[in-house]
Amino acid sequence: METTAVKKYTFKDFASDQEVRWCPGCDDYVILRAMQKALPEMGVKKEDVVFISGIGCSSRFPYYMNTYGMHSIHGRAPGIASGVKLANPDLSVWIITGDGDAMAIGGNHFIHVLRRNIDLNIILFNNEIYGLTKGQFSPTSLVGQKTKSSPYGNTQPPFSPGELALGAQARFFARIGGNTPKDMTQLFIEAEKFKGTSLIEVLQNCVIFNDGCFKNVTDKAVKEDKQIYLEHGKPMIFGKEKNKGLILNGLKLEVVTIGENGITQEDILVHNAKEQDPTLHQMLVRLEYPLATGIIRSYEDVTLEERENALTAQVKANSKFKKTESLFFSGDTYEVK
Amino acid sequence: MIKTTTTKPKPEVLEAVIIRFVGDSGDGMQLTGTQFSDTSAMFGNDIATFPNYPAEIRAPQGSLYGVSGFQVHIGSVEISTPGDKVDLLVAMNPAGLKTNLHAVKPGHTIIVDTDAFTKKNLEKALYDKNPLEDGSLENYRVIQVAMSSLTKEALKDIKGLDNKSITRSKNMFALGMVYWMYHRSVSHTTDFFNKKFKSKPQIIEANTKVLNAGYYFAETLELIPNSYTISPAKMAPGTYRIIMGNTATAWGFLAAAEKSGLELFLGSYPITPATDILHELVKHKHFGVKAFQAEDEIAGISSAIGASFAGDLAITTTSGPGLALKGEALGLAMMIELPLVIVNVQRGGPSTGLPTKTEQSDLLQALYGRNGESPVIVIAASTPANCFNYAYQAAKLALEHMTPVVLLTDGYIANGSAPWKIKTVDDMPAIKNNIINKPTENWHPYNRDEGTLARNWAIPGTPGLEHRVGGLEKDKISGNVSYVPENHEYMTKIRAEKVKRVQNYIPYLETEFAETGDLLVIGWGGTYGSLYSAVKQLNEEGYKNIGFAHFNYINPLPKNTEEILSKFKKFIVCELNNGQFSKVLKINFSRFEFNQFNKIQGLPFGNQELIEKFKQLVK
Repeated sequence: METTAVKKYTFKDFASDQEVRWCPGCDDYVILRAMQKALPEMGVKKEDVVFISGIGCSSRFPYYMNTYGMHSIHGRAPGIASGVKLANPDLSVWIITGDGDAMAIGGNHFIHVLRRNIDLNIILFNNEIYGLTKGQFSPTSLVGQKTKSSPYGNTQPPFSPGELALGAQARFFARIGGNTPKDMTQLFIEAEKFKGTSLIEVLQNCVIFNDGCFKNVTDKAVKEDKQIYLEHGKPMIFGKEKNKGLILNGLKLEVVTIGENGITQEDILVHNAKEQDPTLHQMLVRLEYPLATGIIRSYEDVTLEERENALTAQVKANSKFKKTESLFFSGDTYEVK
Repeated sequence: MIKTTTTKPKPEVLEAVIIRFVGDSGDGMQLTGTQFSDTSAMFGNDIATFPNYPAEIRAPQGSLYGVSGFQVHIGSVEISTPGDKVDLLVAMNPAGLKTNLHAVKPGHTIIVDTDAFTKKNLEKALYDKNPLEDGSLENYRVIQVAMSSLTKEALKDIKGLDNKSITRSKNMFALGMVYWMYHRSVSHTTDFFNKKFKSKPQIIEANTKVLNAGYYFAETLELIPNSYTISPAKMAPGTYRIIMGNTATAWGFLAAAEKSGLELFLGSYPITPATDILHELVKHKHFGVKAFQAEDEIAGISSAIGASFAGDLAITTTSGPGLALKGEALGLAMMIELPLVIVNVQRGGPSTGLPTKTEQSDLLQALYGRNGESPVIVIAASTPANCFNYAYQAAKLALEHMTPVVLLTDGYIANGSAPWKIKTVDDMPAIKNNIINKPTENWHPYNRDEGTLARNWAIPGTPGLEHRVGGLEKDKISGNVSYVPENHEYMTKIRAEKVKRVQNYIPYLETEFAETGDLLVIGWGGTYGSLYSAVKQLNEEGYKNIGFAHFNYINPLPKNTEEILSKFKKFIVCELNNGQFSKVLKINFSRFEFNQFNKIQGLPFGNQELIEKFKQLVK
């Protein structure tokens, strides 16, 4: 990105003139506002920001941002965003997607964009349901969940987005409740700073078709006891009393109480998001109690653009071809007089 | 060791000759054929080539379905097709002989490797008796040479050469013989060895030795009845090279990128026979080409759409089934009115069909294979060399008219090669684009050029032009989502009108051989050479009443199409499909009656079948 000073924006600069048309009470409004607040803090120019979405409620998001954007087709935002970023690496490119868009119809693209590690940011709105098509189960819906397309209960076991992402070599994965605007804003800023593909899963409530799907962990009353907000370099402590923590017992994470059974703060694991080995991150992603939120993994690695640029520079340096003409006339040519 | 089954014919000066090399896939027939055609081209002949190989990488040795062939047509006269019946067949095994004998002109020559006519190989080729011994070939001049043993003998002094390398080089023995027969120097091929096997001197030595052994064998033993001469062809002066259609396509895009000042982005997924375009473009990072091998066809076109949104000259390449997968994304590109070129190298369909064989059956898919009213420009290249021009033209039209363009080629011209008079970027027409760099008063993303109706192209990174596009219907001015019924109808019509107006920017259709007459032969795309040479032959035989019109522009059709049609009494539309272009003509020009000639065998048209058909219509 160019070094020229970036104008000081406010969140209003990022709101488009389009009327927002999500259901009243939808967490999507929270995410939209968090993004509009995060962008002025990122030091990027408005004209360099591009939002690419697929299809679904979440994917209407680009229309509401006063930046460049494309509302594209089912599940294909990762492909389109990859093309945008490879064409112009100076842009700040964001993929907006939902659990159906990213993991069902776009599952293939979702895993491959993570594998490649292009410097993009993905926000995954997970509400464990198909909202826009009015209430069918999604790849994250729970077994037994009753939906329009599973009236007797869903029989298909769900993906865990984080586990899938780490399996696809995601270098940055964060998770956040849809009702946590401040932390969310901060995560968006961290995602932009991260060099490589960053994925943020937002546990986003669907008030119409899956109301309360995360309330057991995200409700204000239980949040502190049911979630652990992870921060790099800090001990894995949670709970209203800040007295619960995680230790490693064999190959399993275990919840312990500080002050009981001789456990002291020293025994509690310290979160290392930057560790290359994803084993512990996988365990944290899988953990049901407490649910891990915050940045679970943030391992900086070479990006695809860096590899491509290095290779291009090398090929350019060694090439005898400067213009196409020199290629056309190279090798076996012959004269006809 | 060597027998000829017919008497020695008189030596002759030939105008043109058609040679086919056949053997197991793995016998190096493609290389052998390419070397012969390149050498002849450099000598000054006009040439056309046609590789024909199985869909399997290495089918079982000796089997009938594992035969790989390469045909080359060289001449001192204009050559427009690789030809159908051959003057010389070089068959490296019984299976090659069996599957290709039908193509040899009676009385003409067959060279066989007698070492390969073992009991086992004969059985594999389903021969009851050895055809070299049972008299079944007496209508041909059969030259029997123990090529495998002679190759071994030639290489006995090279130490450390493994058996596999020895066996492999027998194709060079055959090539050496053919070089002698047609008065060709071996030097182009020895130069090729020196370059290709730079780090393997042993392989250079072996191949050179075998090649020369074949050449001298033919010369010294006088067992090959005679050699022929084919003078250089009269071709327009200039610098030439032999080019394959797929390479020409790739190069056309390189030239278009340079001329337009944009960077070239290719998003693609490997599929036969389109993959060579990807193979070619990935090499050219020095020109700033961004070639992205995606996870599937949909990601291939999606990445190209993203790159186009961001301001690159974006293309995606595929073949039949791949175009089917790209359909939804192509509709998006059409809806958001971005420049994009989709190359479809057609192959035999439907479904996986005949992956390595040619066909023209994706025409209706290209025109209509999307949901909704979704017109795009469709153009078709017609020779290996003009793939360059049409790739360039596809890029030009996409950029100037802000629309996807489908460029159709096919396996036949994509894999075939021919001389290309090299063109430079200076030779090519200018390419404008619709990029805007700063906001104007009352700017909207769907502002259109009055002439072309192309919308302006505002690229991310440009201050003041931030906007959103998407697949939902757009308001005709602001580009915002609009469900207004009248707006949808208006937008549907204006998108169609935009493509229709391309008529004003493409060349008029021209007829060849006759401007008016009894019969107009109509073709499109890769059948040009076959149709041209058939009509030419008839014209030379005195049929001055047959004209030929070949279409490279399918949507829109050239403006004067109806006028051209009105000058002829009868029409025959020749296609390698079940009549797709004739449907298009019937829809557009219902007052004419179109006869059809359709061939759906995965093969190009043969000269004789065309000539017979045309004669029937004008008798």
